[in-house]
Amino acid sequence: MTVILTDGALGTEYQRLGLPVGSCPDFWTLEAPDRVYQVTKSYADAGSDAVLTTTFRANTVTLAEYGRAADTRAINVAATRIARDAAGPNKHVFGDVGPSGKMLIAGEVTEADLRRAFSDQCEALAEGGVDAIVLETFSDAAEAGIALAAARATGKPVIVSFAFDTGRNQDRTMTGLTPEQAARQMEDAGAAAVGANCGSGFEAFTALCRRFRQVTSLPLWIKPNAGLPEVTGGTLAYRSTPEQFAAAVPGYIEAGATYIGGCCGTTPEFIRAAAAVLQSLRSVQATA
Amino acid sequence: MPDINRLNDAILQGDVNTAVAATRDALAAGRPAIDIITDHMIPAMDEVGRRFECEEYFVPELLLSARAMKAAMELLRPMLAAQGSQPTGQVVIGTVKGDLHDIGKNLVASMLEGGGFGVIDLGANVAPESFVSAVRDNNAEIVCLSALLTVTMPSMKLTIDALQSAGLRSKVKVLVGGAPVTQHFAEEIGADGYGDSATAAVSLARTMMRAHA
Repeated sequence: MTVILTDGALGTEYQRLGLPVGSCPDFWTLEAPDRVYQVTKSYADAGSDAVLTTTFRANTVTLAEYGRAADTRAINVAATRIARDAAGPNKHVFGDVGPSGKMLIAGEVTEADLRRAFSDQCEALAEGGVDAIVLETFSDAAEAGIALAAARATGKPVIVSFAFDTGRNQDRTMTGLTPEQAARQMEDAGAAAVGANCGSGFEAFTALCRRFRQVTSLPLWIKPNAGLPEVTGGTLAYRSTPEQFAAAVPGYIEAGATYIGGCCGTTPEFIRAAAAVLQSLRSVQATA
Repeated sequence: MPDINRLNDAILQGDVNTAVAATRDALAAGRPAIDIITDHMIPAMDEVGRRFECEEYFVPELLLSARAMKAAMELLRPMLAAQGSQPTGQVVIGTVKGDLHDIGKNLVASMLEGGGFGVIDLGANVAPESFVSAVRDNNAEIVCLSALLTVTMPSMKLTIDALQSAGLRSKVKVLVGGAPVTQHFAEEIGADGYGDSATAAVSLARTMMRAHA
């Protein structure tokens, strides 16, 4: 059983430490590095084998929306170094890359814009010293393909993860991509692993893993969110618990997942609970 | 007699050039602008919505159809204004403060326009006060709030609170949407409705207008 426990949510944790609603967490890598370190370390301490950099929005197209495209390199390099310091030795640091937020098909960006945006970001992540690059929450196969090519050019292994949150069964991406199509296309384009993140709760990810496994032998990556949040007294609350996450983990492994972590709303407690489950599964396996 | 059904097909296929040409031909042949909208554009966009509901179409197809529809609408808008026709209802729409995502919001705006609504699009990262003044200045019957990020969802509640403080809450229906938004969330923050897709938003807006009437 090779399972690598990744981390939980960063953005929602930063908000607990005072990041204002609507602020871009990636700027904290330059402006509040101590808090980025603190959150990342809390995941490493909870049992994450791999942590992600705080760079989900740090591509030049998205940063330009905040008027900060010029900070692309600085943010990605700083984020990688903070993550490395916080994770400590023997842990992996994965460079996190999110989509541009612009629709290629609607002509909001060009392929050349995207190529440049993802190349700039991935080169900076590689310069900072990431072990691999994770493309997360993608919807559009064309945009993911461009990002994958840019990330692969750094020579690092690249994991591609989509958000399946559309359709009657919540098993399509926003652009209509199925898990089978996503896995096949990304494998053909040279991904080192494929998977799913975000979504609408823990349950759906077991079925997603099974569907990926039908069409690919690549390692599978999953990062479900803790359900959808509810507002109580002006703040967001996620109803899912660390125990529910831990209970889902054996099913994920059974269905073929290698990389397991949490998306929005998950905390170090979720990772600690999952680590305990992995520990007991490993000891059962060792005595068997 | 030009074949006006070309317009329906062009909208369904997301073919901007044909949509514009068919509309221009229909106008040249003397069809009133309002008939082109009522008899062709709205039914075509309803069909787009139906295909979306059936999962034949996804967001990219919706975007392309909406773009073809809007291009045709640009030709008709001046005539509608000259004839003094009233839209189905006046909508103010925007992505709430802190959130720069506008794909879903743009789509809902286009679909509402395709459904015959007058739409004032405030863009992304819209402050509660800007929603308030746009609703007041335009006598909007409906305000649509969008959020993609879970972390900006509280801005929806702040916007509703601002409408309340400005004394406008009883005059305008508040509809909310966006990937992380749920019916339950909509109820918790006191919105009047939630749509899980751009097509659902149009039916919801129509229901709200009937309630207004």
